[in-house]
Amino acid sequence: MRVRKTALVAALSSLALLTGCGAADMTKQASPFANAQGAKTVTLSVQSWVGAQANVAVAQYILEHELGYRVDTVQVDEVPAWDALSQGRVDALLEDWGHPEQEQRYVKDKKTITDGGELGVTGHIGWFVPTYLAKQHPDITNWKNLNKYSHLFRTPESGDKGQLMDGSPSYVTNDKALVKNLKLDYQVVFAGSEAAQITQMRQFAKEKKPFLTYWYTPQWLFKKVPMTEVKLPPYKEGCDADPEKVACAYPHTPLKKYLNSGFAKNGGKAAAFLKKFEWTTEDQNEVSLMIADKKMTPEDAAKKWADSHKSTWKKWLS
Amino acid sequence: MATITASPPRIGLPGLLKSRAFQKLLLLAVAAAILVPLANARWASGTWPSALTVDFSEPLAKASDWIIDNRDSHPLFLYFFGHVSNVVVIAVRAVYLTLLAIGWAGVTALGALVAWRVAGVRLALGTAVAFLACGLLGMWVPTMQTLALMVVAVVASVVVGMLLGLAAGLSDRMDRVLRPVLDTMQVLPAFAYLLPVVLVFGIGVPAAVLATVIYAAPPMARLTSLGLRGADKEVLEAVASLGSTARQRLLTARLPLARKELLLGVNQTIMMALSMAVIAAVIGAGGLGDRVYQALASVDVGAALAAGIPIVLLAVVLDRVTGAAGEKLGAEPEPRSGVRWLVALIGVVAVAVAGRLAGRLDWPEAWIVGIAEPVNRAVDWMTAHLYSGVPVIGGTADWAGHFTTWVLDPMRDSLQALPWWGVLLIVAALAWVIGTWRTALTAVLAMAAIGVLGVWKPSLDTLSQVLAAVAVTLVVGFAVGIAAARSDRLERALRPVLDVFQTMPQFVYLIPVVALFGVGRAPAVAAAIVYALPAVVRITTQGLRQVDPAALEASGSLGATSWQQLKQVQLPLARPALLLAVNQGLVLVLAVVVIGGLVGGGALGYDVVFGLAQGDLATGLVAGGAIVCLGLMLDRVTQPTERRAKKGA
Repeated sequence: MRVRKTALVAALSSLALLTGCGAADMTKQASPFANAQGAKTVTLSVQSWVGAQANVAVAQYILEHELGYRVDTVQVDEVPAWDALSQGRVDALLEDWGHPEQEQRYVKDKKTITDGGELGVTGHIGWFVPTYLAKQHPDITNWKNLNKYSHLFRTPESGDKGQLMDGSPSYVTNDKALVKNLKLDYQVVFAGSEAAQITQMRQFAKEKKPFLTYWYTPQWLFKKVPMTEVKLPPYKEGCDADPEKVACAYPHTPLKKYLNSGFAKNGGKAAAFLKKFEWTTEDQNEVSLMIADKKMTPEDAAKKWADSHKSTWKKWLS
Repeated sequence: MATITASPPRIGLPGLLKSRAFQKLLLLAVAAAILVPLANARWASGTWPSALTVDFSEPLAKASDWIIDNRDSHPLFLYFFGHVSNVVVIAVRAVYLTLLAIGWAGVTALGALVAWRVAGVRLALGTAVAFLACGLLGMWVPTMQTLALMVVAVVASVVVGMLLGLAAGLSDRMDRVLRPVLDTMQVLPAFAYLLPVVLVFGIGVPAAVLATVIYAAPPMARLTSLGLRGADKEVLEAVASLGSTARQRLLTARLPLARKELLLGVNQTIMMALSMAVIAAVIGAGGLGDRVYQALASVDVGAALAAGIPIVLLAVVLDRVTGAAGEKLGAEPEPRSGVRWLVALIGVVAVAVAGRLAGRLDWPEAWIVGIAEPVNRAVDWMTAHLYSGVPVIGGTADWAGHFTTWVLDPMRDSLQALPWWGVLLIVAALAWVIGTWRTALTAVLAMAAIGVLGVWKPSLDTLSQVLAAVAVTLVVGFAVGIAAARSDRLERALRPVLDVFQTMPQFVYLIPVVALFGVGRAPAVAAAIVYALPAVVRITTQGLRQVDPAALEASGSLGATSWQQLKQVQLPLARPALLLAVNQGLVLVLAVVVIGGLVGGGALGYDVVFGLAQGDLATGLVAGGAIVCLGLMLDRVTQPTERRAKKGA
């Protein structure tokens, strides 16, 4: 029956469209796969890194099992995710690393996106070397000594310079400017995706080879490949204002959640729950590690975490 | 000047062409002798002069801002794009809900019975097995999402393609306008237009469907026009003499006569739509592609493969069924075909109702087989043992390193060291010798456009990777193709392997490729080779097999050994096919340059990915445009005149 009704609706509405009546607001259009079997659906955006998958997995688990929603996830990069959020293609973004330009445009000017509070996790970007290397050469963890060791980091890609490996193009990075402004004898090699970067780091670590990489915390890989941060010139407010002239470390960023404004207002229990969703770096890592290292499905990992942390998530529902 | 005198020996040409080729080169040399000093005096030699570049970043950034600011309020969006997007959402949703309502048993039955009617019992069984495999892998719902999106995209592509094809097939003027557009679309890499589509429609299914239509409609248009133009003149005259109107002629004679091409067009459209449906996961298409893409994030090859296999199965089944339908067209219609269709229909309804009554619409969870873990273990083993330290031959990482330092680096450096006019001259010489002055001009203009766009250096970097990948692809492809042409058993064994590599989404093998070759340009080249190899092998095998058996017999009776036969009869006679293989190899390798950007290939591929990830229209679109120009240039440089003449038929 439902099928026939849909077909009828489809036929009628396409007729209405062809006659050209009325405006069609794209922000009011949901995914065609949403609400498939009459359930209330929440669409969450997942970014490409595992930490973000962990947030979404746990939120999804609780939305589905405690609140009776159906959850759709869409994987999009950070900036397009803001776009999708503003258009209502996704309802919530659970881990944002700071996009002042988008915040200004969508939250302050257009008001299509609402601040959803903090995630409870603090993010930090930096340069890292494997701990086995830092033990061998303790002074390698200061940027001033990096040139002395650049020969250790040579690869076919970087030629006669040391290789500084960067990851996905969607991540915030000042590395090219940093290398130039700190006069380092290094070449930034872009792995192009986090998957490629992680795979390469694990291969290096397996053979205990030296490597220098752009990386960030919280990240599950630290548990598999212990790494030590290289000290860059300290971060001061505003020192990264001009992307060409940056010569300082990356800041510590409290990660934030954002909701589509319409969803925040009318999203009922789901919106209230997502606003309260707040956990710690340890929690997130626990779930991430289950997903990425033990290769559990995000669903199973979320269930396992939820079973052992009832008191944490009960608070989000009150 | 040295560049010109150096180029002729590289092109081995048969005697007849030689004198003409020499004339062309001489003319080019004279032109160069006049123009180069002028250009050198005006702009320095070396890399592309900055005076000749146009900065597009400002206007593109403005355009992007304008779209974002007006997307929710401007009438263009409210009354046009909004409706387009709405229709797509409604259509996809209708198909999706229908598929879900029929249930897994019903869909499987429907697929199998349609395959039975159009293609026979064996393919019906294959279809059923394919659908059941999708369910077993736990991918039923994503498969249905992809299928729903595909149905809508394919229908739209076929309609759009046929309309364009009709226009081009019936009017010479439209043909002249459309031909270059369709030619360009052919070499356009799919990633290049994801960005503008996303900007207008936002992330999600409408954008994915539209990108798919843009990608999949051109082959339909091309083949429709080809079919209409290829219709037998005498038949048409006979029909005209019966006093029928133009429309009657079209409907009763020209279109039916072109049905083979039309079906081939549908087949091509389906295959292209499927590959695009996966790539479109990057812009939120959902379905199987999204599963592959998400698995990539947790570096989980097994999970990616679980979603990749249904795509391969769908592709193979759809290809075979539409292919078989095309072959059956010429044959006599079976008796009682209507009754059999009715039987098929009743069968589907019965299965669907049974499934409904049994309450088994969703694929039962207990029937899901997890393949992720064994696959991951296999990949781990492979990478742990092959990566380095293999005795005597060295590990894959060492090969990749040598390939980078000994092949890729010198190629890139020498290309970038060439003066810009030198590159243009080489392009002109190659394209003119093999084609006409028109193809040469297009090639040179395309190359110059890259300079104007201001991405000369990264483009040459990409070009060096493409050339290296094509060289390896051709060596391996020709060797395997020749072997397959000489042994039926090998060809049969190769067929499924080639199918898998041709249809497997490239995202699946990104991780194994990095695990084997490390991050950099080497894995990018490896991924490109994997993607382009099947087509080269296929075309080579086919070309060699089509060589006239009489010629072979004649040479055999003259006492030629089998090696001599191959070298002196088969290969020269198959030359057009081999050139086509080169051309296709180049186009395909270029199509995955963006995938290379995801594993450290850098250059243009990375820029496109960057543009998409950062919503940076200026970087992404310029790099995409440069890839298109490279594609055009390479296509023209390797496109022999014979092939163009045939196309114009």
